Amino acid sequence: MKKTTNKATSSKLTIGPLFFHWSAEKRIDFYNRIADEADVDVVYLGEVVCSKREHFFEDHFMKTAERLQKSGKEVVFSTLALVTSEREMENIHSRIKTKHMVEANDVACLAALEGKPHVVGPFINVFNESARDFMIRNKAKRIVIPVEASLDAIKLIANKSKAEMEVQVFGRQPLSVAMRCYSARAHGRQKNGCQFVCGLSPDGLAAETLDGQQILAVNGTQTLSHGYAVSVEELPYLQKAGVTHFRLSPQDVDMVTVSSIYRSAIDQKISAKEAMKKLRALCKDVPFINGFMRGSRGMDWVGD
Amino acid sequence: MKPKHKNKEPLELVCPAGTPAALRTAIDAGADAVYCGFRNGTNARNYPGLNFDQDELIEGVKYAHARGRKVLVAINTFPKAGGEKLWHQAVDNAAAAGADAVILADIGLLDYATKKHPSLRRHLSVQASASNHMSISFYRDRFDVKRVVLPRVLSVEEVKSLIDVTGMETEVFAFGTVGPMSEGRCFLSSYMTGISPTSEGACAPASHVEYKDCGGCTKSCLGGVTLNEFAKGEPAAYPTPCKGRYVANGKASYIFEEPIGLNAIDILPQLKEAGVTALKIEGRQRSKAYVAQVVSAFRKAIDAMESNGDYETFANDLKTIAEGGRETFGAYKKGWK
Repeated sequence: MKKTTNKATSSKLTIGPLFFHWSAEKRIDFYNRIADEADVDVVYLGEVVCSKREHFFEDHFMKTAERLQKSGKEVVFSTLALVTSEREMENIHSRIKTKHMVEANDVACLAALEGKPHVVGPFINVFNESARDFMIRNKAKRIVIPVEASLDAIKLIANKSKAEMEVQVFGRQPLSVAMRCYSARAHGRQKNGCQFVCGLSPDGLAAETLDGQQILAVNGTQTLSHGYAVSVEELPYLQKAGVTHFRLSPQDVDMVTVSSIYRSAIDQKISAKEAMKKLRALCKDVPFINGFMRGSRGMDWVGD
Repeated sequence: MKPKHKNKEPLELVCPAGTPAALRTAIDAGADAVYCGFRNGTNARNYPGLNFDQDELIEGVKYAHARGRKVLVAINTFPKAGGEKLWHQAVDNAAAAGADAVILADIGLLDYATKKHPSLRRHLSVQASASNHMSISFYRDRFDVKRVVLPRVLSVEEVKSLIDVTGMETEVFAFGTVGPMSEGRCFLSSYMTGISPTSEGACAPASHVEYKDCGGCTKSCLGGVTLNEFAKGEPAAYPTPCKGRYVANGKASYIFEEPIGLNAIDILPQLKEAGVTALKIEGRQRSKAYVAQVVSAFRKAIDAMESNGDYETFANDLKTIAEGGRETFGAYKKGWK
């Protein structure tokens, strides 16, 4: 790893956990490309949305982790955002037993992770300084601030934090988690007997308003923003505020190129304007949003 | 651990007190406990015209205690960065007013209350979304939480298993709305309005609701987003993001949840058998008449069930006032997911 005192280049880029139900082949290709070609520092690996999907990739999971690690990436195991069954809890324990750090996305993990360096994921509410400090006392090494936080809030939480701080700067924003499967409901099914119809929508299934406004994307039990969150202009502010890690949430676009655009923007090799232009060309019809960070409606784009 | 509370005490009836008048109404109608909040963003029902100031809370506690009932204070939003003082003050004020418990969700605030007011009883709010025994045990062990309000995404079997494993007092939703999302972690309303239910306490605030005439129909909108359409003359349901109609996979439907009320009155024996301690009635934003009707129906049903098991005559009293005029067992029954 490059040693540098330059604040701009000490920022880390991360690939967040894949939210969508991609086939094992598609996942393997994706992570191999990330390992070989993407200039990112951390890769989060693991099922966050639905435990029924886990077995499809389980045989490839540790191999993928090793491959990513060999390519110099830090590998963190992400866990489910909503945990209810014994099997899901056992799975969390088995992840915690490995040498890899774990990203806790349900408070269920926190007792088992006490005293062991870990990441507090964006599905656990850390909205203020006291919650942050509690997590740090519990030995959180890094905290991912939930997507609802504004720039002002991020600054107050990240400023002088003794833990590393991460925010999502690319990709559909997770807006809710549930027990109910909305992909199954959209296909006239129930969660039992879903036949994994969520796999038909590798970037999320559009849910429009009755008058045709594209507004949400459903992905199994998860609901996401329709627009991709894109925070490029905000990067210098966030770096100055104390954010150390910048998360790119995988979408069904060329994520290697996305990561190289963000890398260049963070290293100030290209301007924010240039980065935006490149992202716009890559993401075709999907609108960009930044409302939560800008203190507006989450669905909004604030700026040029 | 053996569940301590199983089946010994009668089910406790916990009722909404949106205003001081509703507090008295609920207690007169037979509530064992009422829950209320302060008039600011520290509670999850921060709507105009609702809630208590400190003097009103003190009076409310006196009224309840004089009749042997309890007052629980909900301080169940997530404090804003830079503004935690307001939430700390709310906990201090609840303690000073002699409240029987505070209902909290944020880990930072639980930490504060545990250190500052160790003897003030702490309940875990549904906003903390504790839906497994590892989470519940964590809150119990770290913050000495005495009771957990369970998310309404669990079946009766799941509720029973949580009680068996943790030995905790539990409070479950018995009447109100069906919330399909994991509560306290839903950003749908702030996505459409910019107002946060999690830290400002208002989901689908009325200030952002519009009903638009579109010729033959009425559109109900939140933050300018159309959430439903109704034919002329048809009652238009309130636009809440998780109860809207959306078009997905080529067809319009209530993809998350229908505008339908939760009513668990028919399954009280199952909830009791599962070891549930308390039943929660929702409706701090509802009228006194609503509170009186729902509370007295549940009071009669619980009393009848506890004394001779025959309570079915009371079960039907509530059908007309359920949300959208229709009701469901929600997640309590299999097949909902």
